[in-house]
Amino acid sequence: MNDYHLNHLKELESESIFILREVAAQFENPCILFSGGKDSIVVTHLALKAFYPASVPFTLLHVDTGHNFQEALDYRDELVAKNGLRLLIASVQEAIDKGIVREEKGFNASRNALQTVPLLEAIEKNKFDCAIGGARRDEEKARAKERFFSHRDEFGQWDPKNQRPELWNIFNGRKHIGEHFRVFPISNWTEMDVWQYIYQEKIEMPSLYFSHKRNVFERDGVWYADSPYMLKKENEIVEERVVRFRTVGDITCTGAVFSEAATLEDIIQEVAASRTTERGTRADDKRSEAAMEDRKKAGYF
Amino acid sequence: MTTTTQEIENFDSKAYLDMELLRFSTAGSVDDGKSTLIGRLLYDSKSIFQDQIEAIEAASAKRGEEYVNLALLTDGLRAEREQGITIDVAYRYFSTPKRKFIIADTPGHIQYTRNMVTGASTANLAIILVDARKGIIEQTYRHSYIASLLQIPHITVCINKMDLVDWDEKTFNQIVHDYKAFASKLDIKDVHFIPISALAGDNVVNRSQNMNWYNGPTLMYLLETIHIGSDLNHIDARFPVQYVVRPMKNEYHDYRGYAGRIAGGVFRVGDKVKALPSGFSSKIKSIVTMDGELQEAFAPQSVTITLEDEIDISRGDMIVRENNVPQIEQEFDVMLCWMNEKKMVPRGKYIIRHTSKECKCIVKEAKYKLDINTLQRIEDDIEIGLNDIGRVTLRTTVPLFFDSYRKNRITGSIILVDEATNETVAAGMMV
Ligand SMILES: Nc1nc2c(ncn2[C@@H]2O[C@H](COP(=O)(O)OP(=O)(O)OP(=O)(O)O)[C@@H](O)[C@H]2O)c(=O)[nH]1
Ligand SMILES: [Mg+2]
Repeated sequence: MNDYHLNHLKELESESIFILREVAAQFENPCILFSGGKDSIVVTHLALKAFYPASVPFTLLHVDTGHNFQEALDYRDELVAKNGLRLLIASVQEAIDKGIVREEKGFNASRNALQTVPLLEAIEKNKFDCAIGGARRDEEKARAKERFFSHRDEFGQWDPKNQRPELWNIFNGRKHIGEHFRVFPISNWTEMDVWQYIYQEKIEMPSLYFSHKRNVFERDGVWYADSPYMLKKENEIVEERVVRFRTVGDITCTGAVFSEAATLEDIIQEVAASRTTERGTRADDKRSEAAMEDRKKAGYF
Repeated sequence: MTTTTQEIENFDSKAYLDMELLRFSTAGSVDDGKSTLIGRLLYDSKSIFQDQIEAIEAASAKRGEEYVNLALLTDGLRAEREQGITIDVAYRYFSTPKRKFIIADTPGHIQYTRNMVTGASTANLAIILVDARKGIIEQTYRHSYIASLLQIPHITVCINKMDLVDWDEKTFNQIVHDYKAFASKLDIKDVHFIPISALAGDNVVNRSQNMNWYNGPTLMYLLETIHIGSDLNHIDARFPVQYVVRPMKNEYHDYRGYAGRIAGGVFRVGDKVKALPSGFSSKIKSIVTMDGELQEAFAPQSVTITLEDEIDISRGDMIVRENNVPQIEQEFDVMLCWMNEKKMVPRGKYIIRHTSKECKCIVKEAKYKLDINTLQRIEDDIEIGLNDIGRVTLRTTVPLFFDSYRKNRITGSIILVDEATNETVAAGMMV
């Protein structure tokens, strides 16, 4: 019976589709946290496959820091229109205007950590009982510890020391009123798996991931896109370089890499050769040893 | 995830797409060196990135450790780093040109046994570590028993810290002897023994220069070559229905697709099938995926099945071949691993989950509890509490369709959920 064998990408795909269907079956009102990055794009693609030929039974929720790459927004809107999806935007700017969160000051100011408040607010207001995320366990050491079905208390908090056991593929999404779940269907994928899958499935990607010319400047060893959202110090000089992004998030904490990779094949070769993790270019993780764990406990993605 | 230039030129996308997946987990007592071993495996196979190495170098230095603490690669939580132990499973990934691996590094501390079970429940292979100085101890017994109960097809016992016993062959042989004596009482099919030093790297990825008396494979060689093709059941066709796909679109007016992941066997278009619990028969009309229709599908594929006839099927039901049906019972025995501080309540009511089905059940009878050290059945004290393993009879409100866990890990497993707290309190395997 040796013919009946799935290669590892097919097995990962099947596992993820299984999880997305469990979400649809176990929850009343789930959403996909859509950032415009490659992981949330892959999750959305998997959702299209999971429910085909029916439409995706989830809302896309974008927590918008206001500091976006225009290319990412254009991509998002096109994806939504093409596939008849529902999109909801939770705005960090609004939360700042209403005085619910305070904008960080100074050169390293970032709205990344501020996303937690509008995220939890959107979950509460729209009565989402499950938020599907594109986080992968290989990204970061705190994420490496998280379950597929991750329980959140009524404050949206994660308790890493007291997670529910998760056996086989039996997922327990039961919860009390006011609590919700975060579910991570591509937990078991690596960066390489994601790119190989994008290549195999011919998924269209935002242009940011491919090599292009851009005005950038260097700070603490990271190259940032020049944008009105970042104050530059006197010695920081903007120059045009050929770059691409390995992850796409808020402009102020997404670092560019110098790269000539213009096709998916090129990107795959580059990922294979890479000596640093993709989060090595993310300023938000460099703040302290347990930065991600602390943010996650508070209700971050 | 290779690093040298030579390997980069050789990176072969096509081969990557064709790789097999091996899931393995670690087990063994506290401080036997599980996390260090995983760190060593990742480090010596060059699966660690520069920034990750720098981060653990800095963290080790800050802690005043004299060498780089490889356990920090998996012990990622603040509380774990403070205490120097693993609390919850960490999942790590790496690949070699031959295979892709998913590692579950699990805690050794008895308090966190449920997390060990979580990591082990999906594994094809378990690495059980033994400290060469201590030999086989209670946690070795417990974890080996759990591994056999979970029917993990392959067990590799790594006798670790050989550097601390002067690489002594006799010590190794004694432990192998002791382990075999114990394992003969268990249901373990395929066991290997390797003497290693996780700290120094001996026999992990590279052959040891200190133990010429050992002629067997290194751990890495074993992981890359062990035969895993036959770990799934491809004989008994089982399709638990997860979700009914009903497109609200005109062109699909009467479409009813049953979405699920094949739990066993093979389904083909035209197969005569039966829906449980209704018992109605029909034929498979199509096997649908977004990439096009399939002629056949097998475990563990996720597909959508449509039938020739309109019969009533919903989540929790199961589609099987007409001439090969599972057991259908309302009362059955399970081996239960209890995972909650609150003890099992005799005649207590719980929510039971089995594949995509959920209903209520009552604990009819606890038959016995196991003494982990001797594997003796304890029949006079059958109070089942945290980390206990016992045989229990359950009665459900509706019949379940299941196979023995031995026959099928998916259709033979259940969990119990506490109605009040919603916590998963036990894992069960159909006897
Ligand atoms: N000398 C020596 N020490 C080792 C070896 N392997 C691990 N150690 C040490 O043993 C201690 C415990 O190692 P860990 O890897 O954290 O043990 P663990 O099994 O993961 O522990 P838990 O996850 O808490 O159950 C550390 O101080 C390691 O450096 C070895 O081969 N030789
Ligand atoms: Mg450990």
